[in-house]
Amino acid sequence: MLSQILYALPFLAQGFAVTLWVSLLVVVLSLIVGVLLGVGLVYGPAPLRWVVRIFSDTIRGIPILVLMFFVYYGLPATGLHLPSFWAAVLALTLFKTAQVVEYVRGAVASIPKGQSEAAMAIGLTFSQRLTSVIFPQAFRRFLPPWINGVTDAVKGSALVSLLGITDLMQAINQVIGRTYEAMPLYILGALIYFAVNYALSLASRRLERRFAFIRE
Amino acid sequence: MSDATNASSALLDVRDVSKAFGAVEVLRSVSLQVKRGEVVTVIGPSGSGKTTLLRCVNFLESYDSGSIRIDGREVGYREAGTRQRRSERDLAAMRAETGMVFQSFNLFPHLTAAGNIMLGLTKVRGKSQSEARKAAEHWLGRVGLAHKADSLPAELSGGQQQRVGIARAVAMEPKILLLDEITSALDPELVGEVLAVVRSLAEDGMTMLMVTHEMAFARDASSRIVFMADGGVSAVGPPKEILAAETSNERLRTFLARFRASHF
Amino acid sequence: MGYALNFNLIWRHFDKLWGGLLLSLELAVISIAVGIVIGLVLAVWYVSAGRVVRATIAAYVEFIRNVPLILLVYLVFYGLPTVVDLAYSAPTSFVLTLSVYSGAYLVEVFRSGLEAVPRGQLDAGKAIGLTPWQRLLHVRLPTMLRITLPALSNTFISLFKDTSIASVISVPELTYGAQWINFNTFRIVEVYLVTTAMYLVTGYALLFALRLVERRFRAAR
Repeated sequence: MLSQILYALPFLAQGFAVTLWVSLLVVVLSLIVGVLLGVGLVYGPAPLRWVVRIFSDTIRGIPILVLMFFVYYGLPATGLHLPSFWAAVLALTLFKTAQVVEYVRGAVASIPKGQSEAAMAIGLTFSQRLTSVIFPQAFRRFLPPWINGVTDAVKGSALVSLLGITDLMQAINQVIGRTYEAMPLYILGALIYFAVNYALSLASRRLERRFAFIRE
Repeated sequence: MSDATNASSALLDVRDVSKAFGAVEVLRSVSLQVKRGEVVTVIGPSGSGKTTLLRCVNFLESYDSGSIRIDGREVGYREAGTRQRRSERDLAAMRAETGMVFQSFNLFPHLTAAGNIMLGLTKVRGKSQSEARKAAEHWLGRVGLAHKADSLPAELSGGQQQRVGIARAVAMEPKILLLDEITSALDPELVGEVLAVVRSLAEDGMTMLMVTHEMAFARDASSRIVFMADGGVSAVGPPKEILAAETSNERLRTFLARFRASHF
Repeated sequence: MGYALNFNLIWRHFDKLWGGLLLSLELAVISIAVGIVIGLVLAVWYVSAGRVVRATIAAYVEFIRNVPLILLVYLVFYGLPTVVDLAYSAPTSFVLTLSVYSGAYLVEVFRSGLEAVPRGQLDAGKAIGLTPWQRLLHVRLPTMLRITLPALSNTFISLFKDTSIASVISVPELTYGAQWINFNTFRIVEVYLVTTAMYLVTGYALLFALRLVERRFRAAR
């Protein structure tokens, strides 16, 4: 049994690399798009605000699994053919983006109005107010929930296995298919996911402390 | 500049300014002039429009009709007649000419005391970091906080925070300083240190328009006092005249009587 | 686009979706009920226990929170029966998993809720001579439940969405129904449009209803 698992380790490592790659793509892409849309939701013109609001509320109301099947099976009907890997990344990114939008909105909304006014009063323009006063403060509020969400992205990436992508989850299932050692392999897989996410959450706590400042 | 030609001699010239929030008229045809070097205090019951008036002067609040000019230039709108807002850049430049100190301090919590002062100097006045730092240290010295330059707002007492707030406003070398109930959020024992700073600025000839509930301070420091009630100017005059108990203005008399009853 | 929407086949098989939705709700309700029991017991135990118990409970919470739900579902359904002599159906297996899963989240919710109960209330309980057990039952738990109600609602709604994962072990809930229609009729866009709408409407209806309950609860106190 042990030899079989050792034999499977390189294969699992490949799957693990895919898991990390999917997670990284999702986290980075959703961060970029989510921050842009989030700022649009707070400061944009009314039509943009409505579009982002509806996008976010809709996406967050659907199970990720359904979203993924919808994108993967549904997109070809619109004439767009995405490889399963990118369909999966797209679906996970859509979901994560909707979350990032909410983190951004919450972070910016938590900055008291007086901060904007004080910045206006010393003559800062709109963009200066955002970059020098609002964003540096909002960033510190944004960080904790966003970092917590990174572990969600790693966990969520396990769903890509359902589209036949050989990530860690799928690699484990395939090894089990060959060896019938279900329990040891699932436990091994769980420990790997746990190690990654637990390390991430420890790192996040340190990062939070570093960026904390004492509030008035 | 065409709008400078017909300017009055007043540095701040508020004429017939009205403003409503929905059906509530907060300012009714308010007129008020502040000359260079003058300290004008606005008093009145809460809800009388004092703070709104102050916020209109640097266009934190828009107004519906009338005109506000600083040094002959129309504030907020392109011309007195139209309601066309100035561009964002113009508004920012105009606001830099008026300093404002807030009731709730509104210091930037992510910046040190010096950083709070330097932000406007570098971003708006275009000073270098070292020039701005020097100016910040100078003004912190003026408010008695030279040793707190590198403290974060959270590490300062309320009175100290408000003194940084004042330094932040005057460091921009504004034409006029607006003070909005700047001691109302302070513990009583911290009020004195803040008022002392304001008094020394007044002695240096800083033009000021302030809203306050500190009647003794208003009496001692003001050139003139404006009494507002129900969104309008009800009385204007030198402190002695306005704060006299035997004034013929009935509203003012009631206000002062209530005020004395609750404060003495 | 060249794709004409046609919902006829969806309506013909709508019972798959409707039955699936009801099963999804059932799975979520049972799981949160069991999860609440697990969460409450462990949270109360945690705040009064020694270091070993605390570490054990924390390990359970951290483990569950850091592992993908889909892996836990596989582990319980395919893995567990190979080492222990247990036989259970896929729905039972899933409910078991989701209960243990929600329990881990709810321990955290209840623990922080218990710690948020103001000291003064406990002192007042002491002052009128309540025993520790009475203080817990009559002072601490009711206050804590009121504090945690919004978090409970959110957990329930996210569990409802999580039930879609049951489809991977062929539990015939809503997502499974959608896949069945997908593979048997190929009206792909239509079936996912309808399924998505069903999740959204149900989810937001639940949210709305739970917020009403919360408000009622607050008003009653």
